[in-house]
Amino acid sequence: MASEARKALFEPLVSNNPIALQILGICSALAVTTQLSVALIMCLALTSVTAFSNLSISLIRNHVPSSIRIIVQMTIIASLVIVVDQVLKAYAFDVSKKLAVFVGLIITNCIVMGRAEAYAMKNGPWNSFLDGIGNGLGYSVILIIVGTVRELFGSGSLLGYQILSPVSEGGWYVPNGLMLLAPSAFIIIGLTIWGIRAFYPEQVEKPDFEMQNAHNTAAHGGGSH
Amino acid sequence: MDLLSLAIKAIFIENLALSFFLGMCTFLAVSKKIETAFGLGFAVFVVLAITVPINNLIYQNLLQEGALAWAGLPNVDLSFLGLISYIGVIAALVQILEMFLDRFVPVLYTALGIFLPLITVNCAILGASLFMVERDYTFSESVVYGAGSGIGWAMAIVALAGIREKLKYSDVPDGLEGLGITFITVGLMALGFLAFSGIQL
Repeated sequence: MASEARKALFEPLVSNNPIALQILGICSALAVTTQLSVALIMCLALTSVTAFSNLSISLIRNHVPSSIRIIVQMTIIASLVIVVDQVLKAYAFDVSKKLAVFVGLIITNCIVMGRAEAYAMKNGPWNSFLDGIGNGLGYSVILIIVGTVRELFGSGSLLGYQILSPVSEGGWYVPNGLMLLAPSAFIIIGLTIWGIRAFYPEQVEKPDFEMQNAHNTAAHGGGSH
Repeated sequence: MDLLSLAIKAIFIENLALSFFLGMCTFLAVSKKIETAFGLGFAVFVVLAITVPINNLIYQNLLQEGALAWAGLPNVDLSFLGLISYIGVIAALVQILEMFLDRFVPVLYTALGIFLPLITVNCAILGASLFMVERDYTFSESVVYGAGSGIGWAMAIVALAGIREKLKYSDVPDGLEGLGITFITVGLMALGFLAFSGIQL
């Protein structure tokens, strides 16, 4: 595999993760993660939409006048999302009910639009396709982490299989209901970002205000663990 | 009274930003200063209050199953065209609003600046339209829901901007600086908003 293609595929996984570093596509990352199985379907849907929208936009990138490119991209993405939505309704009706409006919201998911604008408009179809898959997978990594934590601790199961036997069925685990509510998703993603940045210190953002020197060294000592 | 409780529900209980995570990208990216957050919040409010009712009319009169009966086509169901029509309406409306403001209310136009075009890809706008369709709101309900959820979103982003303006003076651990601590702040705000759930008028 050419190095450019490999970069397009693997860089978004951790080191240039769309959610953790580029702040793209967070909405659905939070809302669909109460159950791992639903999160997996969402990952699949988003990855295929990103990959194919990147592919088709890259194919026509030299024929679209730049003044109307946004609306052309929008139309392509919206059509792809309609296809995904109809496929889900036909073959996975239960899941599509649970995902509700969030499949439709892939249209406005900034990952799709952002990659079309930032990568597919400048690169060839094959690399753009791989970039779409890579970013979709980068999104999936975060979704799977958040989905696993929320389902495991929120209802004691994974993919519907009981792992920690809950008190209500004579077991020992008291399910943490907070995990199934909105706030926990924010906090888990915040902590995930902290984890990623502990391994990739170059991603750490500069504070707006510098502390005094004495404080500064103390803060660095504390942060590096 | 129904409309009032719908408004309360849209603003507080089912806050688009804090309980449905909609419009998060801009919510996190444009909340560093109170003034810009306020400008964006106001723009979102205006666009939501206009697009949700218009999409409601389109859904009721063109797309819904049997809606085309007035044109002699009672068996046609165009609801699969929903997504592309809503986003088209939103994009077109934002464009028209921009031109209208530029011509007649230049003060507001300069105040909103780049936020207007950004709103097209804000998931809160499309999300509100999709919720409106899913819950089958009537026209008057959709007006209240659009305006209410706009107010709720604006309030949430202004509150977050207020917290972040204070937060920049504090000593945050290295890896949490910026995005990480913002996520946790929003999580705590969402926890606060949970207190509204169960309020009934």
